[in-house]
Amino acid sequence: MLMQRIIPCLDVDRGRVVKGVRFQGLRDAGDPVERARRYQAEGADELCLLDVSATHEGRASALDTVARVREVLGIPLTVGGGVRTLSDARALLEHGADKVAVNSAALARPDLLREIADTLGAQCCVIAVDAARRLAAPPGTPPPALACAPVEDTFEVITHGGRARSGVCAVEWAARATALGAGEVLLTSFDRDGTGAGYDLALLRAVRAATRAPIIASGGAGGRAEAARHGVEAFAAGADALLAATLFHDGHMTPLTLKSELARAGYAMRLGAPRTPSLAPEPTP
Amino acid sequence: MSVAIVTTGLANVASVRAALRRLGVEPRLTDDPREVREARAVVLPGVGALGPAMRRLTERSTSGDTLAAALSARIADERPTLAICLGLQLLCASSDEAPGISGLCTFSAHVARLDAAPQLPHFGWNEVAPDAEMTFVPAGAAYFAHSYAALAAPAPNSKGAKGAKGAKGAKDAATAVAWTSHGARFVSAFERGAVLACQFHPELSGDYGAELLERWLARSLPDRPRTLTEAATC
Repeated sequence: MLMQRIIPCLDVDRGRVVKGVRFQGLRDAGDPVERARRYQAEGADELCLLDVSATHEGRASALDTVARVREVLGIPLTVGGGVRTLSDARALLEHGADKVAVNSAALARPDLLREIADTLGAQCCVIAVDAARRLAAPPGTPPPALACAPVEDTFEVITHGGRARSGVCAVEWAARATALGAGEVLLTSFDRDGTGAGYDLALLRAVRAATRAPIIASGGAGGRAEAARHGVEAFAAGADALLAATLFHDGHMTPLTLKSELARAGYAMRLGAPRTPSLAPEPTP
Repeated sequence: MSVAIVTTGLANVASVRAALRRLGVEPRLTDDPREVREARAVVLPGVGALGPAMRRLTERSTSGDTLAAALSARIADERPTLAICLGLQLLCASSDEAPGISGLCTFSAHVARLDAAPQLPHFGWNEVAPDAEMTFVPAGAAYFAHSYAALAAPAPNSKGAKGAKGAKGAKDAATAVAWTSHGARFVSAFERGAVLACQFHPELSGDYGAELLERWLARSLPDRPRTLTEAATC
């Protein structure tokens, strides 16, 4: 039976792990290689590395970070941030990524997904969708002519770290992106990112209904007390994997502790390799 | 040369290379059929689409040899060869992914799309259950990333290894199979002699995968140094 996955996420800027709330206020959270090594030992099923550098030098150092993480990491590595072309994707794979997450560039030119999937394989092409609930119209504005769902349950794709709203429906975009070749959806709720308030379940349900590709839920994982409950809710809403950063960075919880709690809630989780028969001598009576 | 990774120019080899390095082996990347014939152990990594990969394997080198022929000869002789993911599928006869394109045909299986599965691609960790005791593949959880798989146990195909030395005796050896379920039961690994084919990615399967690679390397290169540092000081 396919197991649910727990994926720690490292936001990396100029070779260091950083973390903020709602994509802002970044602070230093350590060395990516040490983090990667530790998370694998602590039961992570995969690792996600997002390059949040705003500068060209930062981008160049991201390739070096990917290569250094690859040296120590024996689980899958997804890398995103600033992937604009097929050659960007290829460079990340050559430096050790197993999957590349494509975000705004695909929104601007959807064929990029098809190019990556056809050339490098659908298994390495992840569509990263940053979604925000549509803002309510100012009071007194007439409702849009084609509004068919309440404003609070419709989602739009946001870009540029949350500074721009595209107006594109996040659910339709996820469906289109997977039809073009993306093998997985990394679905981040902008409204919940870093808040610890739980994953956006309405968003997850809507995207689950729109695509057959695996969905990684991101944005909103709570602290130690709520993380497992939030995970159970997200799996029930259709998530195949959970991504979290703050929860693990601050040492509130290890991936294995979270997975043990989710396993107790009835989900199939990887809790460690069954040991092969021990070569130790039988204890003498 | 001890371990060669076959590069088709399409597959990502960084992960498998890093995994071998962690086990003390510095693999050589090659697309030269002669090196594939001569290497003590060969890894056929698999990422990408089957059609283009098969075309690359059947392209003739300057010497007139092909990677396809070199690989088929190794497998017929049961020499150390590890095929991963698409690599496993390339050893089979045919695939729904590229109708009309013939695989290496070293095994008789057909590769089908996992259409009964709730989610596709099959991404993530799943249980590997060997039919019986296997040399390299223990029971455990391994990492998968694919949409196609062989649904029936593969049998060595003497026709496919036509002309290759040692093909005659191939049928006598048993092919051990491990299974996994995702919508339907499929072949997650098979082994025959020192030939090991995995539908999952051992290089991405944490301790489980490292242990499996270690077993295969121990059989393939029994005299290898245990670590890269040790290799450097030898």
